[in-house]
Amino acid sequence: MSINKDKNIFEIKNLQKWFPVRRTMKEVLNKEQRYVKAVDGVTFNIRKGEIFGLVGESGCGKTTTGKLIMKLLDPTGGQMSFNDEDVTYLDHHKLVDYRTKVQMIFQDPYASMNPRFRIRDVLEEPLVIHKIGETREERYDMVRKALAEVRLQPPDEFMERFPHMLSGGQRQRAATARSLILNPSVIVADEPVSMIDLSTRAEILHMMKSVQRELNLTYLYITHDLSTARYFTDTIAVMYLGRIVEMGDPDDVIDNPKHPYTQALITAVCEPIAGKVNRIKEVPIKGEIPSAMSIPKGCRFHPRCPYAKDICWEADQPELEDIGNKHLVACHRYKEI
Amino acid sequence: MANNNKKEKVLEVNNLKLYYRTSMGEVKAVDDISFFLRKGETLGVVGESGCGKTTMGTALLKMPTPPGYIAGGEIKIAGQDIVPLTEKEIRKNIRWEKISMVFQGAMNCLTPVYTIGKLMMETLQEHRQMSKSEAYDRMVKYLGYVGLPEHILNKYPHELSGGMKQRVVIATGLFLEPKVVVCDEPTTALDVVVQAQIINLLKELKEKLDLSFIFITHDLATEAEVSDRIQVMYAGKIAEIGTNQQIYGEQGASHPYTRRLLAATPKLHEKVAELAFIPGTPPDLLHPPSGCRFHLRCDVAMDKCKVEEPPLVEIEDDHYVACWRCPKK
Repeated sequence: MSINKDKNIFEIKNLQKWFPVRRTMKEVLNKEQRYVKAVDGVTFNIRKGEIFGLVGESGCGKTTTGKLIMKLLDPTGGQMSFNDEDVTYLDHHKLVDYRTKVQMIFQDPYASMNPRFRIRDVLEEPLVIHKIGETREERYDMVRKALAEVRLQPPDEFMERFPHMLSGGQRQRAATARSLILNPSVIVADEPVSMIDLSTRAEILHMMKSVQRELNLTYLYITHDLSTARYFTDTIAVMYLGRIVEMGDPDDVIDNPKHPYTQALITAVCEPIAGKVNRIKEVPIKGEIPSAMSIPKGCRFHPRCPYAKDICWEADQPELEDIGNKHLVACHRYKEI
Repeated sequence: MANNNKKEKVLEVNNLKLYYRTSMGEVKAVDDISFFLRKGETLGVVGESGCGKTTMGTALLKMPTPPGYIAGGEIKIAGQDIVPLTEKEIRKNIRWEKISMVFQGAMNCLTPVYTIGKLMMETLQEHRQMSKSEAYDRMVKYLGYVGLPEHILNKYPHELSGGMKQRVVIATGLFLEPKVVVCDEPTTALDVVVQAQIINLLKELKEKLDLSFIFITHDLATEAEVSDRIQVMYAGKIAEIGTNQQIYGEQGASHPYTRRLLAATPKLHEKVAELAFIPGTPPDLLHPPSGCRFHLRCDVAMDKCKVEEPPLVEIEDDHYVACWRCPKK
């Protein structure tokens, strides 16, 4: 285990995804093209067997990053390697192979299953697509095993049910089972618990964590919720407007945030503690995330940053810097603030 | 908190029942609940999905979603019971005039082909006879309250961000100076930073306009920052009502459900090895369990809990609990 732990399963270098915007007549004539820079140069590694958390507000590019890793989208630039193999661009044949190793759990368990399929069909489908299992019985055995893994007991009863007959938590379990059935080594989980009730949310996370330990899986956990990210992940990366602004051990990032954006996010989180109702909370940053179509020059956070100075908009955008203990920050002025 | 006691009750609900008629029987979504709201306070309503919190909100405006209907009880707004009133009277005198609602996801339901000005004008014209310039002044005044500039009136919903749309919806809810505003999950779809801004806005408005809010959400953490008193609902019943201090303070909440719900709420600055959760699912309201509705998931349930339903009793000043296990203090 300990040897494996330090090996990187994913190495992402300067990954970009720009979506072209429909051009106006003037732009066509001037041969201009504007882009929505959803992901604009992210660099990170995911170690084998870790849970890597990607957090940020909506529109920060975290889901797009997840889709790039899932290879549902092709990157505009940058490099991606998986198990020391370059996977930036793959042909269809290799892509099918890649997808057996990297699977995804979607946010909405209500929308991600065909309502006319029984759970056994939902889970059998990936096996049929990837031509695994000779007979139907053999495939059903695998379905049964996967359902038992996510603790949908008894599996035989759940196999006969339709998705609408399951509660939100049970559906997310079934979705997890579906992603486990191909024996992947990586699972991309995009907000897997945000639609689930608070009382069962911890149960699902708990189940996901024990499955991860049992099968030695690697997770990419995408969320907007810092509180669950802290509990669930081994590394947190905070994204803002398509770039990572801070990354490191969850305890370091949350108890000792260095980037002003992370600091603001943390102050804004509500906590179930008495005596806060009569106070107006200081939110250090104003306004909302700007459009990814017109990204501010220099540090992209400077228009909202309470500490911004000349250097922040005049110099190039800050790169991630190691400040010790693998805690990385992308800020020109982190030392002063 | 103590001086709050002297304030009058602006809303009083007694034995309210709201059932949904279905082919399989009656779903008792809100079953015999009683509570009150004082002037100038925020009452938070929390619970899991399906506990009846939104249903209760719509009942307060006497607009249950069909096939729901109010099966009994009283809703007194400033002393006047609105349940026996006809729909016409409600529309004219109660809804939006005395009590208004900010609906869940309302920011995504603004008509896309109307400008914000036209949308807001619609509400105003329905209720008040006033000239165009008067109406315009009023709209600008309320947009100012929620921190939006005047030129928003000429914009279409898609030109605004989520937070701005939510502010527009709140402004529309305040507009006719109601006494009570029911907010159903007003911050759930927003990002944390914007969420904090909206929460601050609601607190400021409460001070400035002396409003009373009912704040419905599933998130106990948000409730801790917004509500003076918290009402916890489970399966169509009230489990506990307590002040902010009584629920979140060191002594901790009293009802086992509240306690376990709190334990399942992750705290950002507290590292825990395992999060707690509540096993099982909320009961089917077509056939609610006998006795206390929580007994199937409760870890301290006794034999009595299975048979007899616990009444909501005041165990200390302003602290109401429906549990056989919670003695009077």
